[in-house]
Amino acid sequence: MTDRLSVRKTYKLYVGGAFPRSESGRSYAVNDAKGNFLANASRASRKDVRDAVVAARKAQAGWAARTAYNRGQILYRVAEMLEGRRDQFTEELRATGLAKNAARAEVDAAVDRWVWYAGWADKIAQVTGAANPVSGPFFNFSTPEPTGVVGIVAPDGPLLGLVSVLAPVVVAGNTAVVVAAEPAPLPAVTLGEVLATSDVPGGVINILTGHRAELAPWLASHMDVNGLDLTGAGEELAAECEKAAAENLKRVLRPAGNDWTADPGTVRMTTFLETKTVWHPVGV
Amino acid sequence: MFEYAPAPESRDIVDIKPSYGLFIDGEFVDADTSFKTVNPASEEVLAEIAEANAADVDRAVAAARRAYDGVWSRLPAAERAKYLFRIARIIQERSRELAVLESIDNGKPIRESRDVDVPLVAAHFFYYAGWADKLEYAVRDPRPLGVAGQVIPWNFPLLMLAWKIAPALACGNTVVLKPAETTPLTALAFAEICRQADLPPGVVNIVTGAGETGRALVEHDGIDKVAFTGSTEVGRQIARAVAGTGRRLTLELGGKAANVIFDDAPLDQAVEGIVNGIFFNQGHVCCAGSRLLVQESVADELLDRLKTRMATLRVGDPLDKNTDVGAINSAAQLEKIRMLSEVGEKEGATRWSPPCELPDRGFWFAPTVFTGVAQSHRIAREEIFGPVLSVLTFRTPQEAVEKANNTPYGLSAGVWTEKGSRILWMAERLRAGVVWANTFNKFDPASPFGGYKESGFGREGGRHGLEAYLQ
Repeated sequence: MTDRLSVRKTYKLYVGGAFPRSESGRSYAVNDAKGNFLANASRASRKDVRDAVVAARKAQAGWAARTAYNRGQILYRVAEMLEGRRDQFTEELRATGLAKNAARAEVDAAVDRWVWYAGWADKIAQVTGAANPVSGPFFNFSTPEPTGVVGIVAPDGPLLGLVSVLAPVVVAGNTAVVVAAEPAPLPAVTLGEVLATSDVPGGVINILTGHRAELAPWLASHMDVNGLDLTGAGEELAAECEKAAAENLKRVLRPAGNDWTADPGTVRMTTFLETKTVWHPVGV
Repeated sequence: MFEYAPAPESRDIVDIKPSYGLFIDGEFVDADTSFKTVNPASEEVLAEIAEANAADVDRAVAAARRAYDGVWSRLPAAERAKYLFRIARIIQERSRELAVLESIDNGKPIRESRDVDVPLVAAHFFYYAGWADKLEYAVRDPRPLGVAGQVIPWNFPLLMLAWKIAPALACGNTVVLKPAETTPLTALAFAEICRQADLPPGVVNIVTGAGETGRALVEHDGIDKVAFTGSTEVGRQIARAVAGTGRRLTLELGGKAANVIFDDAPLDQAVEGIVNGIFFNQGHVCCAGSRLLVQESVADELLDRLKTRMATLRVGDPLDKNTDVGAINSAAQLEKIRMLSEVGEKEGATRWSPPCELPDRGFWFAPTVFTGVAQSHRIAREEIFGPVLSVLTFRTPQEAVEKANNTPYGLSAGVWTEKGSRILWMAERLRAGVVWANTFNKFDPASPFGGYKESGFGREGGRHGLEAYLQ
C-alpha cells in the first residue's frame, strides 16, 4: 500500500471576485521556512494590476453606496468565516516558521482585528464628521467619504499584517488592490477564498501575488488609483512609489514601524477618507 | 446702468515704505537681491522687496527651529493662545489699513478686502487661538510637528497667510512662510503685527521671493511640514520633492468647480450666486464656480438674466467702494486669461462680455461668459483663474452629476434647487470637498476647506484643520 497522494491547491490571484491565473502565465515558487517547496504562486504582471484596478473601480461606487450598517455586517460576516478557518490559517502560518502557539495567536488576533474594524463602519463618520458653527445664517456640516480605489503594498506579516492594512481601507467604502506579502503569499490567497464565499461584492478587494518591486510602481503611477498604502514597501521602493504617486496626487500612507499588536487608532481609515463640507442657508 | 460718482477709499491710511527686508528671527534683514511689487490697477511700482536666496531661507529655518526648541514648544498652551488672541485683535484694530494695502497690492475691490478678506483673517486667528489649549479634545495625544514651511498664493494674500499661520502656531509649531511675489505687502505688515504682539522672535518668519525661494523652502531638510496653496502643477512638483523625506504635506490646489442650476431654482438668487461664484475676486479663486451647468429647460431664461446682471458689474479702480470687479493681479495672469479665452473662441464656443470701459493703465479683463461650451473644450477643463464663465447644459440630475464630476479637480461645487432631497442627493454624489447649496463662495474659520482628487489633500479650517499640524 502506498500513502494516498494528496490533492494540491493551485494558488491563484483574486480579481473581480474570480480566481484567474496571472495573464502572464508566470508563477514563482513559495517555500516554507525550512526551504521546502510549498506551492507555486501566481506572479502577477502590470496587466494584472490594471485589470485589478478596473475591477476595483467598477465595484467602488456600489460599495460606497451601501449603508454603513450593511458594510459593517458584511465585514463582520468575513470575520465569522475567518474564525471557521482558524486551523487552516494556523497551518499556513506555521509553514512560514511560526511555532504552533504563535501561529494560533496571530490568527486569533487577525480575526479580532477584522471584527474591530467591522464595527467602525457606522461610527467613523460620527467620530470624524462635524456640524460646524459658522458665523452666519447657514447650516454647515462635514462628513467623511471614501477616497476611491486604494492600492496596498501589504507588509510581511502574512495574515495579521494583511488584515490590519486591508480592513481599514474597505470598511469606509474604498475598494482595494492588494499586493500580498511576497515571501509568504499563501494566507492572502486563502483570505481571498474567504472573501469569495462571503458577501463582499466581487471587485471590492482584489489580491495579487508576485514581486512587490515589480507591481507596486504600476499601482503608484496608475491614474485611476486614488490612494496608496506603502506599509509593505522598503525604504527605496516606498520613495520611488511616493514620487510616482504625485502625478495624480494620491493620498499616500508611508511605511512606519508597525507593531500589529498595538492599538491601531483611526489613521489607517482617515488617510483614505475625504472630508466633504456642505453649506446651506437657513431662512424662511 | 446708473452713473455713480467715484467713491474712492483713501490710501493715506497706508504707509508703504520704499523697500522691505526679510522678516527673520523677529528682525527685518536685507537680502542680496530684490524685486519690485506693483499696483496691478496702475502698474505703479509700490516697493522694492528683498528676494530670499537659499542662505536666507537657511537662516529663517534655523531661527524657526531655535524658536521652536527654545520657546514655543515649552510655552504653556494657554499662553500660545493668548498670543494668537492678541494678533487677532491687532488685525481688527488695523483692519482698514490692511484692507487698503491688500487692494493696492493685489487689485481686488476694497469692498471685498474690507468686508471679506480682512474680517475672515481676524476671525481665523481668533478661532484657532481658542484651540491652542484644547487640542486634546480634538485629537488623541496632540503633539506639534516642529517647523512648518508654508507657501501661499497671490489671490487672497493675507487670508491665505492666516489659514497657514493660525493653525500652525495654535498647534505649537513655528513657521517660515513665503508670500507670493506679486503680493508681499500684507505679509510684511503681518510681520510688523507679530512684533506689536511681542510674539517671540523666530516663531513667525517671512521670506519674500519667487519660485526659487519657494523651492528652497519646501526642499529644506530642516523643516518637518510643507503646506502649499497654489497651482496643481506646482503642487505635483512639491509632492515629488517631498516624496521619501518623511516630511508631512498638505496641498490646496486648483479647481474647476461646477455650479449646477436646476429648473426649479430661484433664478434671481441663482444669478447672484453665479456672479459671486465666478466674478468674486476677478475669478482668482481656486474654488470659483467656473463651469455653469444649467438645466436645458431654463438655460435661455437664466442666461438672459445673467447677462442683464453682468451688465451692471462695475469694473475699475479697486479702491472705489462701488467697484465689483477689480484688476487682474499681474500681466502674466492677464496673458493666461486672454490666451485661454482666445482658445475658447477658436474651439467654437460663443464669447460674450457686457459693454464695459476698461482703464488705460493696469491689468484688466471684462467679465466674460462662454456659451455653447463642450466638455472637451479647454475652457471647460482647465483652470482659467479669471472672470471667465463656461456654460454647459444638462437634462437629468444623473447627467448633471456626471458632467460636474468629469474633471481631475474636486475642490468645490454648487447646487441650486428648491427641492431639499435633491440637494442632499447631489451633495452626496458631487466629488468635491466643499458643496455650496443655494449659495456659493462662503468661507468660515470653523468650516473645513480642501479638495478631492487633484485639488490636493488635507483640510484647512475647523477642527479638521488642526490635523495638518499635529502628529
